[in-house]
Amino acid sequence: MRHDGKSGPGRLLVVDDNKVNRLLLARGLQEQGHTITFAENGRQALEVMRRQAFDLVLLDILMPELDGYQVLEQLTTDPDLRDIPVIVVSAMDELDSVVKCIEMGAEDYLSKPLNPVLLKARIGACLEKKWLRDQQRELIRKFATSEVADELLSTGFSLGGKFVEASAMFSDIRSFTTIAESQSPEDTIELLNTYYTLMFDAISGQAGVVNQMVGDGLMAIFGAPVPNPDHAENAVRAALEMVELVDLFNQQQAAENKVQIQIGVGIASGRVIAGYTGTQQRATYTCVGDTVNLAARLESHTKVAGQPILVDENTHNQLSEAIKAEDLGPLQIKGKTQSVRVFAVRVGALNPQT
Amino acid sequence: MPEIVIDRATLEALASTTDREFVGELIDTFLEDAPQLLTTLSAALAAQDAEGFRRAAHSLKSNGASLGAMAFSASAKELEMMGKAGDLNGAAARVESLRAEFDQVMQALRGYANEA
Repeated sequence: MRHDGKSGPGRLLVVDDNKVNRLLLARGLQEQGHTITFAENGRQALEVMRRQAFDLVLLDILMPELDGYQVLEQLTTDPDLRDIPVIVVSAMDELDSVVKCIEMGAEDYLSKPLNPVLLKARIGACLEKKWLRDQQRELIRKFATSEVADELLSTGFSLGGKFVEASAMFSDIRSFTTIAESQSPEDTIELLNTYYTLMFDAISGQAGVVNQMVGDGLMAIFGAPVPNPDHAENAVRAALEMVELVDLFNQQQAAENKVQIQIGVGIASGRVIAGYTGTQQRATYTCVGDTVNLAARLESHTKVAGQPILVDENTHNQLSEAIKAEDLGPLQIKGKTQSVRVFAVRVGALNPQT
Repeated sequence: MPEIVIDRATLEALASTTDREFVGELIDTFLEDAPQLLTTLSAALAAQDAEGFRRAAHSLKSNGASLGAMAFSASAKELEMMGKAGDLNGAAARVESLRAEFDQVMQALRGYANEA
């Protein structure tokens, strides 16, 4: 069966001090449609890699200035460059050096004299892997801030959990079912997409991570996986921004004679169990525990209270002077034996809520 | 029995995966670079620069093998090993003999390039 690499032609850097080798490599690679750049030693290679993007590097070992080992060493410590795959090109009688290179992070090796068939297969496989990794990275970036994405990628998605101090947030659209039934499916999906885009912006802007989206509701976490001492303040600021963005969105909807929405946000802070849940194949970063349940309860209570943002006492105690909140007193929450004090965050003149 | 200077099968295999013109280009490049590498080899020996000696010998070994100059490549490899070991004792005579081998290789490769 023929396998078409999804990756297609790549941008390749060939690093070799030997012109005959460069010609040999270039010939095989250009035939496959790749774009080739040359470097004659390790120092040149690093310079050019810091200037332009490559999908793959073919690296000779023995070179003047900086040799292949030194290049690999520098690549692994450079966060911008460490994910670019490297294939070591080496003579058959240097297998010990090849082993060392693989241990230092090289992806694969090719032996000289070069075999064109092997060259093509190795490069195809390498580019495919790189492409898949880039896709995975892109996916993670869609659901997290870059700090979180980096942390996720560097810890390698270990599934273990831990206790962390964090703020959990739940948000949803009030009476969404009614709204969905009142308009076309296309309009509903478009509405949800716009809504999620706005909410993600507000949450990422305050260092939060959206870890669940179900229908019109979402859950976000602040203070994990990257610890953040200001998680409560950040969460509430994100909520204020969300309400503000929804208000702006409503003005636009009104101008187009389209349906307007209201959101409810519940936030609770405290100890949560954070970690990846799922299987090795499909996992999601999430938080569970009493704090998380409380945030969900507060969110559903926003309808009853007629307030867009409700927070628990623990969150309220960590807020700066800039944020005003009204004490709604103790509230009996489902699933809790003791009543909890609930605070309504004032959203200001921008968003008069009934 | 005279030693085989150039392994034609290597060159033919190379030509079949590329074309003869390209092989001609490779030969020209090698014949241009090799004398410089031999000069570097002598200079490195004079300066007792084992690392430089090793690298120059390494390139000659590699290029010789790519173009089917197996005996030449093997001689260059011996020099490379001396450089790697950091012991250049007795290398001078071997460099001279490598030069002589190169002259033969050059003739053989030119002969091949001028065929057809």
